[in-house]
Amino acid sequence: MQSARDNCVQPARGPLVATPTGGPSSTAPTTKEVRAMLAQVGKEAPDFEANGYQNGGFQPFKLSDYRGKWVVLCFYPGDFTFV
Amino acid sequence: MDVEVLAMSTDSRFVHKVWQEEELSRMIPKGVPYPMLSDAGGRIGEVYGVYDAAAGVDLRGRFIIDPDGVIQAMEVLTPSVGRNPAELLRQVRAFQHVRRTSEATPSGWYPGQPALKPGPDLVGKVWQVWKPETVGGSSRPAAGERSATGGIGSPREEG
Repeated sequence: MQSARDNCVQPARGPLVATPTGGPSSTAPTTKEVRAMLAQVGKEAPDFEANGYQNGGFQPFKLSDYRGKWVVLCFYPGDFTFV
Repeated sequence: MDVEVLAMSTDSRFVHKVWQEEELSRMIPKGVPYPMLSDAGGRIGEVYGVYDAAAGVDLRGRFIIDPDGVIQAMEVLTPSVGRNPAELLRQVRAFQHVRRTSEATPSGWYPGQPALKPGPDLVGKVWQVWKPETVGGSSRPAAGERSATGGIGSPREEG
C-alpha cells in the first residue's frame, strides 16, 4: 500500500522498452516469459525507471534523464554479500 | 571525469539504505555517493542480459553508456570475482578520448599515451607508431611485464 504521506515512491515501471508484436506485454503480469535481452554494445541502452536510494532519500531514477552524460551502470548480485 | 555511476541489484531500496548505513559507510566515509537502484524481479537485468533467473539475482554486469545513450562497452562476471576499477576507469577515459578526438586507442592505452589516427595512411604502418612492449598496465599483463602503475590485473574486491 503506497500512501503519499509516508514518502514511499510509487512502484517504478522497470524497463521502458517497446514490446515487439506477439511478444510478452510489459503490462501483463501473468506471463512468466523472460524478456529478450535488448542491450547491445554499439546500440542505444534500453531505457528504464527504477526506484533507488541516494543521500538518505528514496526517489525514482530514469536512465534517459542522464542523456548528455557518461554513465557507468553496474549490476551486482546483492547487498551484504562478499565480493 | 564527468561520469555518473548507477548501481543496481535486485535488492529493494530499503535494503540499499541499510547496507549503506551499516556497512558501506564503514568502508568509505559517508558510504557510496551514487544512486543505488532496485531491480525488483530482475526485469531490468533481463533486458540487459544479466539476470540469473535460477539464482534470482543480477550478475556482475557493467555497461559504459556514452552521452548519446549508446552502450560502448560491457563486461559481465559471475558473482565470485570482483571488478577491476582501474580497468573501468581506463576504458571510460579511452572512450572519452575517442569521442573527443576521433582517434582510436590501441591495446593497453592509458591517458597520456599516443593514440592512433585511423586512415589509409596508417594501413600496414601501425608498427611505426605503436609497440606491443608499451602494453603492461592493462588488465591483461604482457608476459613477465610489470606496469609502471603497478596494477597487474589482480582483481580488486568491491561490494
